[in-house]
Amino acid sequence: MSENIAMMEEQFNRRIAEGETIEPNDWMPDKYRSQLKRLISQHAHSEIIGMLPEGNWITRAPSLRRKLALLAKVQDEAGHGHYLYSSAETLGISREEMFGQLHTGKAKYSSIFNYPTLAWADMGMIGWLVDGAAIINQTTMAKCSYGPYSRALLRICKEENFHKKQGMEIIATLIASGEQGKAMVQESFNRFWWPTLMMFGPHDANSPNSPDMMKWKIKLKGNDELRQRFIDMTVEQAQAWGLTVPDPKLRFNEQTRSWETGEIDWNEFNAVISGNGPCNHERLNVRRTAHDQGAWVREAARAYEAKHRRSSETAE
Amino acid sequence: MTPLSEYLLSLADDRLILGHRLSEWCGHAPILEEDIALSNIALDCIGQATFLYEIAAEAEGNVRTPDRMVYFREAIEYRNLLLVEQPNGDFARTIVRQFLYDAFGISLYDRLQTSSYAPLAAVAQKAHKELRYHFRHSSQWMLRLGDGTDESIQRTQHALNELWQYTDEMFIGGFPAEEVIGSGAAIDPRTLRTGWRNSVDTILSRTALTLPEKDIRMQSGGRNGRHTEHLGHLLTEMQSVARSYPEITW
Repeated sequence: MSENIAMMEEQFNRRIAEGETIEPNDWMPDKYRSQLKRLISQHAHSEIIGMLPEGNWITRAPSLRRKLALLAKVQDEAGHGHYLYSSAETLGISREEMFGQLHTGKAKYSSIFNYPTLAWADMGMIGWLVDGAAIINQTTMAKCSYGPYSRALLRICKEENFHKKQGMEIIATLIASGEQGKAMVQESFNRFWWPTLMMFGPHDANSPNSPDMMKWKIKLKGNDELRQRFIDMTVEQAQAWGLTVPDPKLRFNEQTRSWETGEIDWNEFNAVISGNGPCNHERLNVRRTAHDQGAWVREAARAYEAKHRRSSETAE
Repeated sequence: MTPLSEYLLSLADDRLILGHRLSEWCGHAPILEEDIALSNIALDCIGQATFLYEIAAEAEGNVRTPDRMVYFREAIEYRNLLLVEQPNGDFARTIVRQFLYDAFGISLYDRLQTSSYAPLAAVAQKAHKELRYHFRHSSQWMLRLGDGTDESIQRTQHALNELWQYTDEMFIGGFPAEEVIGSGAAIDPRTLRTGWRNSVDTILSRTALTLPEKDIRMQSGGRNGRHTEHLGHLLTEMQSVARSYPEITW
């Protein structure tokens, strides 16, 4: 039996090495399945929790055009959550079970959404920085070995690119409108820069899950490499806008042709991912409340379906 | 403001305020599918409002922009129905509010498709298609909530009892001005009452819900700027950023 599993695992590894995608009905090692459940559900939770910081400004968006765009964007995030949950369900876990993990604090989601949105400029900043960072992660992950996740990511990345452009357009418009607008952008940038760098996770040396995941192509690049790609791209965009990166140690390394930053505050990072960031409690409470207060609605829908299924069966 | 532009403004205000209320659900709905659906309906409403403000601004002679109309008018200058400004409450109240409006909106915008005022007819053609979906959505939920569990029936009946007082306003005379109706630009709201009542009755007859007592005192005043207290708070929130930074272009 165990020989048999070893053989199947060898064959599985070979398929991945040869660039095949794994589909829901294929055999897969338990650990591959559990890692993917974790990865995809974390991503789904991030979309759902991620609706809240931006949802916070829908009712205050300062023009009709911005209101429509922001609402559409947050709705896209709900849509992403929806098909990511479906994608995770192909691995044999229900949405209800995943919600349970989120609401009890067992499941993680992107650390960035535990920071508050305090000014309108944050809507631009989230598009530019947060979606920008997510795109770097996700375009890499779109080449992962699990078919349903890979396909979901292709679609998500298209929409994220649009969101990023929308964010950059909010920022460009604020900056062009004068000193007041530019000051609002700079203040927001000061708050979001470091938390965005944390989105890429710990240094590779402190990221224990990686080797197996690299072999199985459910992690394709190291955290530090992706973070660096983001930094190099974003510092130049910031400079083009005349914004100051809030890092006195930032310097350009002529040898590597790359920007070097000061050290990330890993104490803050650890606090946020272990549930003690500025908004962790708030975000989970909001989701739990929505879920609990919606219980009677879901029950009503189930009761109605049951009644009407029965009556149509009787009619037949 | 002309009688025609005031009529267009009232239509726009109805759509904006209802859309704004629905958008408050985004991220808080009972199921993920409803986060998506309610946001979608909110987007339709605010999108229709945007077109309606544009044609209202044109009809006024472009003395102010749509954003100016939305962000720099006081509650007493708003012309929307009292029904649409009522708070979301629980999901039942939101659905009942939506259902009562949709049953009215679907026939209003059906008729407006042949308005003699061409810009309005064009907006109505798009809006009517969308309203058919909205009405289907709110009707389907009325059936589920009104024929679901004891709790859902009780909550929905309560919402119906509370909101019923704001339904008469959709069908009373005095607004818009006779000349706007006479020109064929506007629909006389009095002519929509019977159709609306039939739609409502048809859905309710398939549920355990009953219409409230006949002697409920009906409220009105939205078309003259006499609103409930709720609208002021909604606008304070909605207008806060735009008014804090009047110099910034967004």
